[in-house]
Amino acid sequence: MAEAVPVAAESFAGCRARAARTVLGQVVLPGDELLLPEQEDPEGPGGAGERPLRLNPGTRTRVRVVCGPGLRRCGNRLLVTKCGRLRHKESGSGGGVYWVDSQQKRYVPVKGDHVIGIVTAKSGDIFKVDVGGSEPASLSYLAFEGATKRNRPNVQVGDLIYGQFVVANKDMEPEMVCIDSCGRANGMGVIGQDGLLFKVTLGLIRKLLAPDCEIIQEVGKLYPLEIVFGMNGRIWVKAKTIQQTLILANILEACEHMTTDQRKQIFSRLAET
Amino acid sequence: MEWATQTDTKVRTETGTESGPRGPGCSLRHFACEQNLLSRPDGSASFLQGDTSVLAGVYGPAEVKVSKEIFNKATLEVILRPKIGLPGVAEKTRERLIRNTCEAVVLGALHPRTSITVVLQVVSDAGSLLACCLNATCMALVDAGVPMQALFCGVTCTLDSDGALVLDPTAKQEKEARAVLTFALDSVERKLLMSTTKGLYSNAEFHQCLAAAQAASQHVFRFYRESLQRRYSKS
Repeated sequence: MAEAVPVAAESFAGCRARAARTVLGQVVLPGDELLLPEQEDPEGPGGAGERPLRLNPGTRTRVRVVCGPGLRRCGNRLLVTKCGRLRHKESGSGGGVYWVDSQQKRYVPVKGDHVIGIVTAKSGDIFKVDVGGSEPASLSYLAFEGATKRNRPNVQVGDLIYGQFVVANKDMEPEMVCIDSCGRANGMGVIGQDGLLFKVTLGLIRKLLAPDCEIIQEVGKLYPLEIVFGMNGRIWVKAKTIQQTLILANILEACEHMTTDQRKQIFSRLAET
Repeated sequence: MEWATQTDTKVRTETGTESGPRGPGCSLRHFACEQNLLSRPDGSASFLQGDTSVLAGVYGPAEVKVSKEIFNKATLEVILRPKIGLPGVAEKTRERLIRNTCEAVVLGALHPRTSITVVLQVVSDAGSLLACCLNATCMALVDAGVPMQALFCGVTCTLDSDGALVLDPTAKQEKEARAVLTFALDSVERKLLMSTTKGLYSNAEFHQCLAAAQAASQHVFRFYRESLQRRYSKS
């Protein structure tokens, strides 16, 4: 009995609020509460170094903390709402962004995300585009480079569209465009005829689109290819032959569950053939 | 509250080993859980408690029928499929209990006008089926990334004719018992989310069972944490 009681006490403490700094990179579960470190700590030496973030800054400098996906503000703490690894990115003013990096399959539209959609309907002056979210996004026929009322873009039902969200919130229908703020296509628009579209998890897409992703560089060395990543978990790829396209698609799908060494091995084997 | 603390410590000592042989009364059977085993649903989990096994799939936040649309929150739907035959009244009751439990923890307001559908398939029933369904649902919801304010778990306990308490009973123990009580508890404050009971019991016995379930829930939540950590350690 002497041994059982401390175990129970420890597991109870496990779901009490923990300091966000100490669990960075660790797995957090829904219901966990996180404490934010106070940036400026004038009476520092006495305290434990960490106190809950105060909303009214008083005499201290204001610390701006952004809650990313999977986190909500709950009083003066952060409440975790999704399971995944806790991540943090410093910003210039201190504080920074906290978010939970989770493995999900279902996409929820986010403003500014670049996605691959499939045109499902044409009605009047808008297209309905399936992006994998809870409702289809709308795309105006004027939201293409060089499109005017007279000069309509050539988009058919079933075409693939690479575009960007300009309206995406929980209460409204998402809206896509295929031009940037200067009116340039900038790579967006209808995706060409051939090629292969396949779906992967959202976590893999984020990994592949990370600025220093080795996988993409290694894939690029293998075959000449065209590739489009949609933040909604869709990848379109096209190589010279169908065989090469399929190889690339299989490699990218398999990358999710491979270690770096395993991946290097497979790439070197493919490079020989 | 003297009795409550007494049962508490008693249960804790006896549930110390989860996978060990069943103690004199209060111990949980062996747990096992696998996540993300189905390719089509957005989240899936299979949960085993002893020989009871349930497979759960979650779709959502997905498109919703206009007739079921709720303008300020997500529509939760739970479908429970029995091992054989068509779902009957018993399944419908369980569906409702599971749905009410989910509604208490899922942050549906973040995805208004969408549907979150949970499909449960009973693989084998060897007692404590509702508790196992609740646990499978929770793991599948976590796998799908549905926002939740806490985790939840189900714990079943029975009282037999001489008042002895059995946690996580087998089908045989359930049949012989005087009363069967199932609780759903949340992970933050161990609060009661749902309870369903069958049979005769006194007020004090109810509280005794609840305290035992709360103590047992710690083991379930610790198991949740371990199994999720293992899942994320791969990537």
